Amino acid sequence: MATELTLLAPELVLCLGAFLVILLDLAMPGGRSRRPLLYFSLFVVIVAGGLAVGLLSQPGRPIFSGLVYFDHFGTFFHLIFLTSTGLVLLSSTLYADRLRRWEAEYYALLLLGTVGLMLLSSAGEFITVFLALELSSLANAFLVCWSKRSLKATEGALKYFIISVLSSALLLYGIALLYGLTGQTSLAAIGTALRGGASPALMLALAMLVAGFGFKISAVPFQMWTPDVYEGAPTTITAYLSVASKAAGFAVALRVFLLAFGSTQETWMAVFAALAILTMTVGNLLALVQSNIKRMLAYSSIAQAGYALVGVVAATQQGVAAVMFFLLAYTFTQLGAFLAVVSDVEFAPDDTIEGYSGLHFRAPLLAATLAISLLSLAGLPPFGGFFSKLYLFLAAINRPELLGGPLYALVLIGVLNSAVSLYYYAKIIRQMYLVPAPSDKPVAIPRAHALALALCVLGIFVLGPFAGLFINGAQAAAAAMVR
Amino acid sequence: MDALLHLVIFLPLAGALLVWLGPSRPGVSRTLAALVSGVVLVLSLLLFVNFNRTAGGFQYETYLLWIPAIGANYHVAVDGISLPLVILNALLTFLAVLVSWNLTLRPKEYFALVLVLETAVAGVFTSLDFFLFFLFWDLELAPMFLLIGIWGGPNRNYAAMKFLIYTVLGGAFLLLGILVLYFRAGIGNFDMLALSAVNYDLPFQIVAFLLLAVAFAVKIPIFPFHTWLPDAHVEAPTAISVLLAGVLLKMGGYGLLRLCVSVLPGAAVFLAGALATLAVINIIYGALVALSQRDLKKIIANSSVSHMGFVVLGISAMTQVGFEGAVLQMFTHGTITGLLFMMVGLVYDRTHTRDVWAMGGLATQIPKIATVFVVAGLASLGLPGLSGFVAEFLVFVGAFSGQTGVVLTVLGTLGILLSAGYVLWLLERVFYGPMSDQWRSLTDATRLEMATVGTLVALIVLVGVYPNILLDVIANSVAPIYDRVAPLVAQMAT
Repeated sequence: MATELTLLAPELVLCLGAFLVILLDLAMPGGRSRRPLLYFSLFVVIVAGGLAVGLLSQPGRPIFSGLVYFDHFGTFFHLIFLTSTGLVLLSSTLYADRLRRWEAEYYALLLLGTVGLMLLSSAGEFITVFLALELSSLANAFLVCWSKRSLKATEGALKYFIISVLSSALLLYGIALLYGLTGQTSLAAIGTALRGGASPALMLALAMLVAGFGFKISAVPFQMWTPDVYEGAPTTITAYLSVASKAAGFAVALRVFLLAFGSTQETWMAVFAALAILTMTVGNLLALVQSNIKRMLAYSSIAQAGYALVGVVAATQQGVAAVMFFLLAYTFTQLGAFLAVVSDVEFAPDDTIEGYSGLHFRAPLLAATLAISLLSLAGLPPFGGFFSKLYLFLAAINRPELLGGPLYALVLIGVLNSAVSLYYYAKIIRQMYLVPAPSDKPVAIPRAHALALALCVLGIFVLGPFAGLFINGAQAAAAAMVR
Repeated sequence: MDALLHLVIFLPLAGALLVWLGPSRPGVSRTLAALVSGVVLVLSLLLFVNFNRTAGGFQYETYLLWIPAIGANYHVAVDGISLPLVILNALLTFLAVLVSWNLTLRPKEYFALVLVLETAVAGVFTSLDFFLFFLFWDLELAPMFLLIGIWGGPNRNYAAMKFLIYTVLGGAFLLLGILVLYFRAGIGNFDMLALSAVNYDLPFQIVAFLLLAVAFAVKIPIFPFHTWLPDAHVEAPTAISVLLAGVLLKMGGYGLLRLCVSVLPGAAVFLAGALATLAVINIIYGALVALSQRDLKKIIANSSVSHMGFVVLGISAMTQVGFEGAVLQMFTHGTITGLLFMMVGLVYDRTHTRDVWAMGGLATQIPKIATVFVVAGLASLGLPGLSGFVAEFLVFVGAFSGQTGVVLTVLGTLGILLSAGYVLWLLERVFYGPMSDQWRSLTDATRLEMATVGTLVALIVLVGVYPNILLDVIANSVAPIYDRVAPLVAQMAT
């Protein structure tokens, strides 16, 4: 039996790594390239991932008197965060070479932000939730304005910061209300205390929490910041926000709502159902009319969150597993898309879809990566995106009568939305493959970046036909979350 | 022996990878593609030779657990309905590679995509698991989109997008239909045989039937879902037109018979009249539109719409003979229309126009091409002794005695008259009459071209003279479907 501190080894390693990066940066002479720091950060992430996998054999339990849960549900998400952080780091060379400033800070903040996300997904009580959320949001706000000379980046960062502060305030208010109602901050204890039923104050608290987490997963109507921030931020950070940060939002929402509000499920189910419908539909419809690829992908990522919310509404073991698997597939798919977009500083610096004309002729592998990611996002077989979406919808229909029966309407809306979404994904593919290129100059991709893209494509393919393996894992991990 | 089937399905995919990873020289890519598709053709002929013709039923069956959490399994097999189509697919893909022999624009991607397409189609014809079926069904989409979109004619962008939108929407309905069946049956898996053993009530059957049928109607295509087809055909390069008309449309007919009719016989019998009506509209409307065109490819494309109507007519009969005719018609239409598109390609390669009014008298200049074109045309209008006749005859016999009814059957035969009209008119305009001087320099078909089209001519004659080579295999496998339908037909009558 490992001690409680050992169970937090991955987080500790990341913290240590982040501080070392800052210290090493101080020790390195001025004008030198900070590339070694990137590789060091990558190494730290891999070590943390290895530790997380190594700790899988430990039995799940609350640690530090319930401040944090150590369980497979958390570890599943930790691996998602670490994977995204690793892939984002690998793809950062282009930006790093261009900016040549504050590189160490960028790596360190990325690592620290990831610690925040990891704690968020394993939080066992509300103070931890709040602290972890703040840690990650602060790190993100700085990362968004890494290229601080850019007007758009500054605007994005400011928006992100203000909205995150606002949503944190709402969340805190909700937590305070809950504390007033139950005298507890621990999720499990609140769950027990709330057995009695719903009260108006509880409703208010729930609304606050939904708003707080809705910001993190950019569910409509809390999505306003998303397109601007995604557009302004360095694309690597956009990728990070849209994948890791969003997945963490889902992790904490699932844990909080299932553990603390399991007994009042019917009260929040309808809210999440409405959010799911709005998020899917608004995301897709607005994505249709975008001419900037980052904004389009921002809306598409909103729509994807809408699909995942369908699984949250299902709230069964299968539903939770479906959300987990969906987010796993989404990690590789969305990263594949955004990390491919990272390299457009070379050929379409203003991120217009038009700039992607004939990309296939200039960078066939890059175009193929983007095309495969987009098709997977659209939910076409045989890619991971299809299997994850299908499993999600199956879970929604398999919902037992006890919880309100199958969610036919949600699934129908989801399927129709998927069909609509293909249109704007295909638009980019058409641009890359069917429209002639403005010049034949090949687009070069740094080797590390190419590796990241290849890993994404590999993930998209593996999560397709071999989905069974991962679904089983997710189902086992979800068992502890649902009674 | 069962491994044979897996190879037929997946060897092209492996071949595609090989071509894609190989060097980007036209010579290498096309040789590799020809080699792979040739081997697949031989393997699928072996499937046919080793097929137990008397036993019928599903053979070369494999059942492997795949995603237990969903209940999707790898279940593949062939029977007398799918086997001819699997062979057709292998044959036409091989010929399509030969037809594209002189392609210079990005040959590596082209041949790789053609091979991916072969896997997708073979998978559709052999899957006995709805999930797997859907997977292969959608796998066809991306290669076809790119093949039309990159190697197509001037208006390719529009045609490719239209194809994409129609197919995707069809696919969404297919998935919906499959899910509806899956949940209604409640047996927790997607197995086609298990799902067809369940008794569904009639209203549900009709809903599921319609959902599935939309996807197939787009693919066949059935009026009013057909408008993507002429555009796609006109823009697609020759070889892709051959594949599109030859095998991709058959996915629709096959799906209608295998999924709609055999899994939901009640709805099939109930909707037989509606199907027959749509079939007759297809036949007559397609023929009339073909009559009014002057673009060679548009004529053939619309004749394709008309002839696929016969497939639907045969299915709508709900008789043993009608089903046999429908399946045989799918096979013969694949060979005949495939051949016609190749011939159009040969003519176009030389004249660089597809406008029939601009041509005339070409028979004296390119006699070999003219001869084969005439044979193909005659096969298309149903000349006895060629395969088209047998299939259409069976369809009409089946329809006459079946659910289609006398009136609709007689109306359907009008299609034959009309097709005689546009085929003869086309041949007359292109090959006979005075020849304009600008065609003096045309050269006749090369040896490779003759070998390619000759294969199909031989097959058309063979099936025309000795239809039993396919027919007894088909009959054996159609019988179980008929057995499911027959009592319901009798019930309806009383």
